[in-house]
Amino acid sequence: MAEKLMDFDEAIRRYDPVWGLEVHVELSTKTKLFCPAPYKFGEAPNTELTPVSLGLPGSLPVINKAAIDDAIRLGLALHCHINEWSQWSRKNYFYPDMPRDYQITQADKPLNGKGYLDVQTEDGETFRVPILRAHVEDDAGKNNHVGGADGRIEGADHSLVDYNRAGVPLVEIVTEPVTGTGAKAAEIAGAYIREIRDIARALGISEGKLEQGNIRADVNVSLRESPDAPLGTRSETKNVNSFRGIERTLIYEIRRQAALLADGGEVLQETRHWDESTQSTAGGRLKTDANDYRYFPDPDLVMVHTTQEHIDELKASLPEMPSHRRARLQKEWGFTDIQMRDVNNAGAVDLIDETVKEGASAAGALKWWLGELSREANEKSVSLEELPVTPADVASLEKLIADGKLNDRLAKQTMAGVLKGEGSPEEVVAKHGYKIVGGGDELDGIVDKALADNPDVAEKLKNGDMKPMGVIIGAVMRATRGQADAKAVSSLVIKKVRS
Amino acid sequence: MPTFTKDQVQHLGWLVRIALNDEEADKLKDDMNVISEAINSIQEVATQDVEPTANPIPLEAHLREDVPATPFTQEEAIAGAPEADSGMFVAPQILGGEESE
Amino acid sequence: MSERMNDAQLVKLTAAQMAEKLQAGEVTSRELVQAHINVIAAAEPELKAFLSVSATEALKTADEVDRRRAAGEELPELAGVPVAIKDMIVTKGIETTAASRILQGWIPPYDATVVEKLKANLMPILGKTNLDEFAQGSSTEHSAYFPTHNPWDTECVPGGSGGGSASAVAAYEAPLALGTDTGGSIRQPGAFTGTVGVKPTYGGVSRFGAIAMASSLDQIGPVARTVLDAALLHEVIGGYDERDSTSIPEPTPAVVKAAREGQKMDLSGLKVGVVKELSGKGYEDVVSHNFEHAVELLKSMGAQVSEVSLPNASYALPAYYVLMPSEVSSNLARYDGMRYGLRMMPPADVAQTSANMMAYTREAGFGSEVKRRILLGTYALSAGFYDKWYGSAQKVRTLIIRDFEKAFEKVDVLVSPASPTTAFKLGEELTDPMTMYLNDVATIPANLAGIPAMSLPMGLGNGLPTGFQIMAPAKHDDMMYKPAAALEAAFAKEAGEVSELPTGKWADQAAQNADVTSAEADKINQAEKAEAVDAALKAFPGVRVTKAEEK
Repeated sequence: MAEKLMDFDEAIRRYDPVWGLEVHVELSTKTKLFCPAPYKFGEAPNTELTPVSLGLPGSLPVINKAAIDDAIRLGLALHCHINEWSQWSRKNYFYPDMPRDYQITQADKPLNGKGYLDVQTEDGETFRVPILRAHVEDDAGKNNHVGGADGRIEGADHSLVDYNRAGVPLVEIVTEPVTGTGAKAAEIAGAYIREIRDIARALGISEGKLEQGNIRADVNVSLRESPDAPLGTRSETKNVNSFRGIERTLIYEIRRQAALLADGGEVLQETRHWDESTQSTAGGRLKTDANDYRYFPDPDLVMVHTTQEHIDELKASLPEMPSHRRARLQKEWGFTDIQMRDVNNAGAVDLIDETVKEGASAAGALKWWLGELSREANEKSVSLEELPVTPADVASLEKLIADGKLNDRLAKQTMAGVLKGEGSPEEVVAKHGYKIVGGGDELDGIVDKALADNPDVAEKLKNGDMKPMGVIIGAVMRATRGQADAKAVSSLVIKKVRS
Repeated sequence: MPTFTKDQVQHLGWLVRIALNDEEADKLKDDMNVISEAINSIQEVATQDVEPTANPIPLEAHLREDVPATPFTQEEAIAGAPEADSGMFVAPQILGGEESE
Repeated sequence: MSERMNDAQLVKLTAAQMAEKLQAGEVTSRELVQAHINVIAAAEPELKAFLSVSATEALKTADEVDRRRAAGEELPELAGVPVAIKDMIVTKGIETTAASRILQGWIPPYDATVVEKLKANLMPILGKTNLDEFAQGSSTEHSAYFPTHNPWDTECVPGGSGGGSASAVAAYEAPLALGTDTGGSIRQPGAFTGTVGVKPTYGGVSRFGAIAMASSLDQIGPVARTVLDAALLHEVIGGYDERDSTSIPEPTPAVVKAAREGQKMDLSGLKVGVVKELSGKGYEDVVSHNFEHAVELLKSMGAQVSEVSLPNASYALPAYYVLMPSEVSSNLARYDGMRYGLRMMPPADVAQTSANMMAYTREAGFGSEVKRRILLGTYALSAGFYDKWYGSAQKVRTLIIRDFEKAFEKVDVLVSPASPTTAFKLGEELTDPMTMYLNDVATIPANLAGIPAMSLPMGLGNGLPTGFQIMAPAKHDDMMYKPAAALEAAFAKEAGEVSELPTGKWADQAAQNADVTSAEADKINQAEKAEAVDAALKAFPGVRVTKAEEK
């Protein structure tokens, strides 16, 4: 382990990084790519199989129309050229999780050809990531490693194979070598893959959950002396499945390769793996002829014909793209660039949109989702969506505040109740009897009592020393179980002491 | 056309997971040399201007509707397994380095 | 009603006649199936055409047919007529092995489309027939279990790979059978055993459930004793299947009608092309002689015969021996010891890894011919050689297709001998792969082009059958059935009353024997199979893994 690393800034000063991503997006079709086996994440092992996905002798693949249409829609969103004819090829290699010991993928004639995706960086710049292709292929099953530490392959004694995932459709989006990103390499890569996640979700073609492996990336990195030098030898880090992992892999590989090259060493063309626990990549095997995949056209399948009419139909059905939508919403909401970026990074665009649609102000929605609720989600390590609170809840809570029925403190208590599953904000309020005790006679007596109970403080206040006001407010709050409006209490006290 | 050596044959054997013994590799090497000699002639006519044919009958793909069928039960799925455990297929130790992917 | 027929008389009927007698109530399906079981029991010790006999199942279907017929139900034409299936086609609940050690004991959990169709037509399944392992060979000697013998001369091979289906039909063990044809595996055994074997248009019969050898060449087809019988079975199994992406979305051409038409022996207006490149040098004299005579018979029935050239025919065999092994190498990858079939753990001094398990399993599980083709195909597909080998072969395929298209502009059907030789002796060609490969020289072009082709008997030579091949344009399978049926009728007319064929002796024996029970029949060849596997596996290193419940 412990490979030598160069300081990142120095690495960027001395070398020009060139990188590429191969992003696999798992489509959430009802059935698999080549057979009508149903698939849902987390079912009992080996219960989602037909002869095809189990690789039984005599079984034959038949293409799922929904997978092709979803892939075309993704291609259109990525500005890809959709090829009229696309062809299936076999990628031959042996591995226990591959039911046929070959993968069916697309080689020479992919469904989606060249395209691009524009991404925004923190400084407000737009960077165009060039896409080489976005082809369709089927996934492998899952090896569960037994006998080693933490279910990892290293040190495992044997593995238990569940083929449920085998045959699930994937779209593999391959970038061209991305140049000219310099120190922003990781940022742009991160923004690119987030954008793909958002597009996939907007299209409704994938759950887009990285932690479930719905989106995974292979990260290719190479360095060269200068932007006009030929491309250097690249490393390929396989199956990185978190945004941060992808960004850190890029940074790590730039630093590792720079240190290696600076020492006169040579970067090996190899497959590496990102290790979350050590935050580093580890070398795997060399790319040799052991990886001769012997691609050839799959003779069990014929070419897919995609007509212009069909492409036009699909194009017409595309929803608004996330970047356009964000720009529109930012304007509607009056958020700053930084606010909008934070909203996007928090995955809260949809939530705020829905909250506003439920009648809340944009500022109010922002305050809840990026404040209290983000803290709660972080603490529980779940996404905002997974919290047991709906945009409608947030909107009605905001309405209660606007109507003067709750103060901030009561609103927070109400939200806590909602998060505990006590029901809607109205139900929580009713259950606990939350209400602002304000104005009028009710508060009058309580304030009088508080002043009477604290004669020293009352004296100071009378003499114009307002510092101990908190004592009285605190006493009133205790007496009203927090339901008094602090401002109202304080003005009442002032009125009383000056009278 | 290539002339196969025993080492090449052994290497091909490993690529397709066949643990050939020496004697077999030797014999296969001879057979393959005879066959490769005999099939050499195709390059005489396979000129640039000829399009390759993958499927003899020209068809365009039929695309299936996305409607689930009843899958095998777990019991049916693993019935043929040489070794099974907890409803899964047992794979001996997998070494990341020597195998692909 | 006439006197009950004995077993020999029953089994020597054509399938069409059996169907008629069943419909007329002159015979029950149970009687018919039992008669065939009796012949199987008599013949198998010498022929070894079957890998497994499913007598109990067959009788169950027969009883259902008899019951439903008695109840007055209208049943499909071939209901109650039994059939045998090449063990390259998966049958739910019946062991399917492809004659390989690697699949021994595998019980498929599903039926091939063609098997579903046989069942829907209520045809009792007699069992699974022998073949060269994974349909790779031309003699059925490459079966991992035992070779099949030719009923005309049991010292001779029945051809291959479908020698089991061909021998079974020739020896009256079954009236009909299914085969698979990748380079001639239905037609060449047809020629060697004097049966009718048809390779339909590629995509005409669903391949779903046919164990893949070379997917772009494989096709399931009928094996029968008459052209009409082949047509009847062809119509049962043919047609579009959504589960096979290479299936043609059109109905089966009217082959039965064409066969009946041909029986009238009028071929006036039919243009027949004799393929110049598929005759002469390399073809045995008796074969050439019989072929010329058959062509004369076609002429005598009014056909216009001319010579036609397929200029690239000589490249068909080499192109086939690139394409076929390439597809084989990939199609046979799945036999890796993980999900079904054999598993051999490496010997103790070798790392006990998955990769090694696969390598020792495949080393022990595959026979030498299969290994030879897998290695050759692996090489042909490898980076750097793809264009030279696989790419070139795909181009040759284009040229062959063009040759056929040009030829069919001039003539309706093309004809040639089906095989350059008559059946050879067991062991004769086992050692030299190229000699064996030459067996398929006449049949391979049709597979490369995807066109329909069939073989039918054209008389004996030195006491052994010879085969006549007819080829037709793609999707026009009916066009070859008419001249085939006409030629068959002409031969029958010429021969007059045929007395005893050597292939009928087991049927005659069976007629003398008592009925064999289904339990006895189901055990036929099972001990031999297990012994053959046990003996063979001892020669390989590694430790065989057997399922816990079998221990």
